[in-house]
Amino acid sequence: MADLTRADVAHLAGLARIDLSDAELDRMVGELGVILEAVATVQQAPIADVEPMSHPMPIVNVTRPDVVRPSLAPQDALAAAPETEQQRFSVPRILDEE
Amino acid sequence: MTTDLTRATAAELADLLGAGTVSSREVTQALLDRTAAVDGAVHSYLHVDGEGALGQATEVDRRRAAGESLHHLAGVPVAVKDVLATRGLPTTCGSRILEGWVPPYDATLVTRLREAGMPILGKTNMDEFAMGSSTEHSAFGPSHNPWDLDRIPGGSGGGSSSVVASFQAPLAIGTDTGGSIRQPAAVTGTVGAKPTYGGVSRYGLVALASSLDQAGPCSRTVLDSALLHAVIAGHDPMDSTSIDAPVPAVVEAARRADVSGMRIGIVKELTGEGFQPGVQARFEEAVQHLVDGGAEVVEVSCPSFTYALAAYYLILPSEASSNLAKFDAMRYGLRVSPEGVDAPSAEQVMAATRDAGFGDEVKRRIILGTYALSSGYYDAYYGSAQKVRRLIANDFAAAFERADVLVSPTAPTTAFRLGDKLDDPMAMYLNDIATIPANLAGIPGLSVPSGLADEDGLPAGFQVLAPAMADDRLYAVGAALEARLTAAWGGPLLDRAPDLTEVAR
Repeated sequence: MADLTRADVAHLAGLARIDLSDAELDRMVGELGVILEAVATVQQAPIADVEPMSHPMPIVNVTRPDVVRPSLAPQDALAAAPETEQQRFSVPRILDEE
Repeated sequence: MTTDLTRATAAELADLLGAGTVSSREVTQALLDRTAAVDGAVHSYLHVDGEGALGQATEVDRRRAAGESLHHLAGVPVAVKDVLATRGLPTTCGSRILEGWVPPYDATLVTRLREAGMPILGKTNMDEFAMGSSTEHSAFGPSHNPWDLDRIPGGSGGGSSSVVASFQAPLAIGTDTGGSIRQPAAVTGTVGAKPTYGGVSRYGLVALASSLDQAGPCSRTVLDSALLHAVIAGHDPMDSTSIDAPVPAVVEAARRADVSGMRIGIVKELTGEGFQPGVQARFEEAVQHLVDGGAEVVEVSCPSFTYALAAYYLILPSEASSNLAKFDAMRYGLRVSPEGVDAPSAEQVMAATRDAGFGDEVKRRIILGTYALSSGYYDAYYGSAQKVRRLIANDFAAAFERADVLVSPTAPTTAFRLGDKLDDPMAMYLNDIATIPANLAGIPGLSVPSGLADEDGLPAGFQVLAPAMADDRLYAVGAALEARLTAAWGGPLLDRAPDLTEVAR
C-alpha cells in the first residue's frame, strides 16, 4: 500500500474540511502510517467471493403515512445557531467575491 | 438489604420506593450529596442536574402518594452518557465543538426514562464523540477509576462506569460502538450490557458509526442492568434500524439465573495469549463456576476474529467521517473564523472551526475515514473491511450452532494508567480486541465482574455473547455467575473498592 506523505495528509485534511497546523500534520503523518499498516491486514483475509456486509441487520426502507405532525418551533430550531438573522441561520459567504 | 441509599441496588431502591419506605427525593438527594463529595476525584459527570433530578423525584413522589400506578423503577435515578440528546440539558459528546449545546428534543431512550419516572441526575463524561478506550480523549478532562484514581475507568463510557462504581448513581446509560459499555464495566468492577443492534432506539443518539453504535445499561448488578434494559428497549418508529419485535425477556432471565444444560462456548481466539495472566485466571475460575452450575463447556474457533480489529478501524472511521460532517459551524455548535482572513467563506470557517473544535483522536479518525473512502483506496480498505465483517458474522453463526452463548475475558488487561497509551493509538485500540467482533456482527454482549487480578488487585471482566435477539441468555448466564461469585467473595466486589470520601476532601 502506498505510503502516506505529508502532502497526502494535507490533501485529506482539506477534503475533510479541517485546517491542520504544521505540527499536527507532522504528527499525524507518522500516526496514520502506523494505523494504516495495521488495518491493511484486512486484505490478507480470505475475502475473495465474499459478499460485503455494510450493516449487521437486513435493512429495508421504512416509510410512514404522510401526515402533518408537530415539529420544532423556529425559535427552538434556531436557538443553538452561532448567528441568526430574520429568523434564519446566518452563514458566512458561500460564493466567491469575484 | 443495605440502608445506605447510595449503595442500594436499583432493584432494592425500587422495592423501598414501592413500599413507601423512602421517597425518590431522599434517594436522589443522597446520590447528589455523594456526587458533591466524590466527583471532584473521579470526574464522572460533565453536567449534574440536581435541580431537574429533584424536581422529577418530587413529581414521582407526588404521583405515588396520589395512588397512581407507576413503573417498577419509578423514582430510581439514572445518569445518562453525554452522547444522548436531552431536552433542556447540555449535550456535548465530550467535545468543544458542542460545548454549551442544549438540544431542543429528547432521544427516544431518554423519553422512555422520563416516562418511567426515572430522575435524570446528569450527563456522564466520555471520550470525544465516543472515540477512545480510556475517557482521556474527553475535551473536558478524563474520568478516573474509583479503584485507583491514577488509572483509566475505561472508555468511551468511563463516566457511566465510574458514576456507578463510585456510588453516585445506581444506574447509567452507556453506548457501545466497539466495547464502550463492556470494557469500562470490566475495568471498574461493574456490569454493562450492549443489547442486540437495533434493540434500543438510536434516535437522538449522536452517531459515531451508525452501523455499530448501540446504547445499553450500566449498573452494579446483572438484574439492575436487565431492569434498565427493559425500560429502554423496544421498537421506535423514529429509528428506521430499530427492530420491530418483542423485547427478549431479560428481567425474567436475570431473576432465573440458571445455566443448567446450557452450552457455553469458549472462543479460542479471545483467550490465552495476549491476555493478562490475572485476567485469564479470573476468567477460568468463572467458567468453572458455570460448569458447577450445570453448564457444559465447548471450545469454538472463530478464525476471522484475527482481522476484526483492522476491519473495525476502517469501518468506524469511514462512518464517523461521514457522520461528523454535520459539524460545519452553520446551524449549531462552535463557529470559529480563521485568523487574518477578511470576510472568510463558509468553507474557511468550517475548516477553522473543525480544527479548533475537534480533538486529536477525532481528527485522526476523520482523516483515516476520508482516506479509506477515497477514490482508488475504497476497495482495498473499506470494501475489504466489509467483506471481513461478513466473515466475522459467519464465524459467529457457526459458533452459535455449537454453543448457546460464547464467553471470553471482556478486556485483555485490567485498567491501565492514565497517560500510558495516549500517544500510541494502536496500543489503545488493542484494548477492544475482545469486544469489537460483537459490534461488527450486531449481536448482544454483557460484561460481569469476574474478580480482582492477582498482579494489581484491579477488577477483571467476564464477557458473555449471544445470538441476535437472544439478549435474555446474557442475563441468565450473567446472573448465575454473579450469584456464585458473590457467594464465593462473601459480598459484592465493589464493597472492596476505596470509599473515596477522604481522597475527595
